[in-house]
Amino acid sequence: MDLSFGPEEQRFRAEVRAFIEEQLPQDLRDKVHGGRHLDREDYLRWHRILAARGWSAPNWPTAFGGPGWNAAQQHIFEEECAAADAPMLMPFGIRMVAPVIMAFGDAAQQARFLPRILSGEDWWCQGYSEPGSGSDLASLRMRAERRDDHYVVNGQKTWTTLAQHADWIFCLVRTAADRRPQDGISFLLVDMRTPGVEVRPIVTLDGEIEVNEVWFQDVVVPAENLVGQEHRGWTYAKYLLGHERTGNAGVGTCKRWLRQLRALAGAQRSGGRPLLEDARFRDRIAQLEIELMALEVTNLRVIAMELAKRQPGPEASMLKVLGTEIQQALTEAMMHALGPDALPWHHEALAAGYSGPSWEPDFALPISARYFNHRKASIYAGSNEIQRNIIAKMMLGL
Amino acid sequence: MNFDFSEEQTQLRDALGKLLDRSAGFDARKELIRAGQSHSPKLWRQLAELGALAVALPEDLGGTGGTAVDTMIVCEALGRRLVLEPYVASAVVSAGLLAHAGSAAQKAELLPKIAEGQHLCALAHGERAARYHLPHLTTSARRDGDSYVLHGDKHVVLGGDCAHTLIVSARTSGGAEDRQGHTLLLVDAAAPGLTRRAYRTQDNLGAADVELRAVRVPVSAVLGEVGAGLPVVEDAVGLGMAALCAEAVGAMAVMIELTADYVKTRKQFGVAIGQFQALQHRLADMLMRLEQARSMTYLAASTLASGGPSVGANAGGGEGGDAGGARQRVLSAAKAMVGQCGRFVGQGAIQLHGGIGMTEEAQVSHYFKRVTAIDLTFGDADHHVAKVSDALLR
Ligand SMILES: Cc1cc2nc3c(=O)[nH]c(=O)nc-3n(C[C@H](O)[C@H](O)[C@H](O)COP(=O)(O)OP(=O)(O)OC[C@H]3O[C@@H](n4cnc5c(N)ncnc54)[C@H](O)[C@@H]3O)c2cc1C
Repeated sequence: MDLSFGPEEQRFRAEVRAFIEEQLPQDLRDKVHGGRHLDREDYLRWHRILAARGWSAPNWPTAFGGPGWNAAQQHIFEEECAAADAPMLMPFGIRMVAPVIMAFGDAAQQARFLPRILSGEDWWCQGYSEPGSGSDLASLRMRAERRDDHYVVNGQKTWTTLAQHADWIFCLVRTAADRRPQDGISFLLVDMRTPGVEVRPIVTLDGEIEVNEVWFQDVVVPAENLVGQEHRGWTYAKYLLGHERTGNAGVGTCKRWLRQLRALAGAQRSGGRPLLEDARFRDRIAQLEIELMALEVTNLRVIAMELAKRQPGPEASMLKVLGTEIQQALTEAMMHALGPDALPWHHEALAAGYSGPSWEPDFALPISARYFNHRKASIYAGSNEIQRNIIAKMMLGL
Repeated sequence: MNFDFSEEQTQLRDALGKLLDRSAGFDARKELIRAGQSHSPKLWRQLAELGALAVALPEDLGGTGGTAVDTMIVCEALGRRLVLEPYVASAVVSAGLLAHAGSAAQKAELLPKIAEGQHLCALAHGERAARYHLPHLTTSARRDGDSYVLHGDKHVVLGGDCAHTLIVSARTSGGAEDRQGHTLLLVDAAAPGLTRRAYRTQDNLGAADVELRAVRVPVSAVLGEVGAGLPVVEDAVGLGMAALCAEAVGAMAVMIELTADYVKTRKQFGVAIGQFQALQHRLADMLMRLEQARSMTYLAASTLASGGPSVGANAGGGEGGDAGGARQRVLSAAKAMVGQCGRFVGQGAIQLHGGIGMTEEAQVSHYFKRVTAIDLTFGDADHHVAKVSDALLR
């Protein structure tokens, strides 16, 4: 056993680091570092820089224009991006819909959609959840009726992340009601500009507009936008969920936050002394560091399994629970590091292009909102209760 | 020993509940927030009419002569309705401080106005480098003839956005961390040289950062003894801690009710999600945490009450002969417990609501933010565990 990266991997890391160092615009880096609001164009700018280098889709094989990296390389790439305060690559196109189109779409769909995902021309969003169907996704009700060469879609999706930016939405729709719920679902791609599609923002507890309702009224969707076979969408969705969860440990981001937490504790004073000198608070950071160390290795073990061409199974659920719990604990510790400075709510000062009065300390501005916002992490992408159910069933046979 | 409320206390609770249900519902709160306010003069007047602004003030100064138990009853009711008013900042901390340390003239001037709801005060003590450490103080007060001249910056003054009078702590002697040398002064919020930058806190209450640049106040503005202000601040903050515990208990109770209702009605997999044992156990744990928090809140209030109406440092009796220390220990224990329970209950309530819990529209998210802010005010759970821990050495 040897847990160190080999020379090839180290060379790769150096190459990625040098590229980011040279290419990541300082203003984007500052925004991410300062927890400022990123707009659509901010995400896309970084996406296009990566696309020019052939790196905008770290998980894609070369056959579709990806870099063909193995899991260890992907891990290193993500870690370096997070460490450098690069904007997050939106997962909806690259990590969610693309693998489904690659695996189950036809050649025409692959030629039509994949290059535009790679280049960043199309922004995708995920239309799975409905008001009545969250954890129990298979109960979804949004209908798509086949008429000649098209479908007519009626119903509602909700919690759709960044739908306000999206050009396309991939939806699970009900195409048959006369059988087991799982067997009447299809995977349909819908152009957000189609008449009858309406996006209604949902304000979250931190004052952000990150999720939306997406309403569909008599939306006409060409039959060619059906991925794979009709009524087989559930299988594809489950395939996708596996992909969605593997990335959820977010080790790279956690490492960045841990460094930020330490910096915060160094900068904040308690009774005039750096908070970091308070052994109790330092222990708390240390505890998180220990947890994160373990998670990193657990994550690498899962990656190694992937490398050995074994599909990630219920281990992905484990990474999701462990990863999101550390994320939440880190956001909470950062808030506590601030003490009373965590109380002011200067939401407007986080907006892109804000030029109003400044507030001290500047680094405090996004911290509490991030804590509130990250309560989502144990809810989305399969709630942590659902993940524990999966672990109990699949890993323990209960 | 008994845990019963007196007849007057029950009446107060019921009358207050009725008033708040009528005038301070969730919609009224939303309206206030939309209008950029953290205080409704109308509701404040109604609270004054009920006597709720003066429950712990002496009768000869417009109060009803109650104790911290009465304050607790009011605050739990406010917490249940998530009332935005600067009640703790003005009616508990500032009024309690004045009642304890003010001169007869200062009390006669300010307390009746506070009780009647015409006047708001806020304690401006906290500074950037202090965090929760109360002895830390760098704002200075320099004697100049018949006045003091104040210089310094006060940070996150709760209720400071709408206070008419600020109780400012400033150094008249000693270094930044010295326990001696704190002097309290009454400062008109409109005084020349005083600048307020008002804002909202995470839970939508009002606060301000206060800049003092050569603010001149007469010597008669000194509150209590020159240089002996710290114990007064500590006692006043202690009153605030107990009051916030009660508010948090009210808020936690509602979160549990909202969540229990929600899991009974929300269906997934063909059943109410309350059927899942994972969720039942989590809610059962939340309920147990609430009851532990409530017990500590009772203990805190009753400790303050039995120490006599004065919040002085020598109210007699107690472990090891040091009543002040024993009281602080109980208050810290209560605040620590409530902070921990608030986190557990709040996070659980959001989690069990699923996506809905993450929205601004959901009441539960506002309760969650309030208990989070309460934990962050006057020392968080870790800070107060440390205080209890330090007391073990004595
Ligand atoms: C910020 C955010 C972004 C999101 N983005 C998207 C998106 O882009 N696209 C999309 O389609 N969806 C998205 N979602 C939706 C997300 O996937 C759902 O919120 C999630 O599946 C939970 O569903 P629900 O909210 O309906 O909660 P419910 O399913 O109603 O769950 C409520 C509670 O019950 C628990 N529970 C449910 N079933 C069980 C069980 N069998 N055993 C034990 N406990 C159970 C849950 O864990 C939860 O605690 C997003 C959600 C959030 C909060």
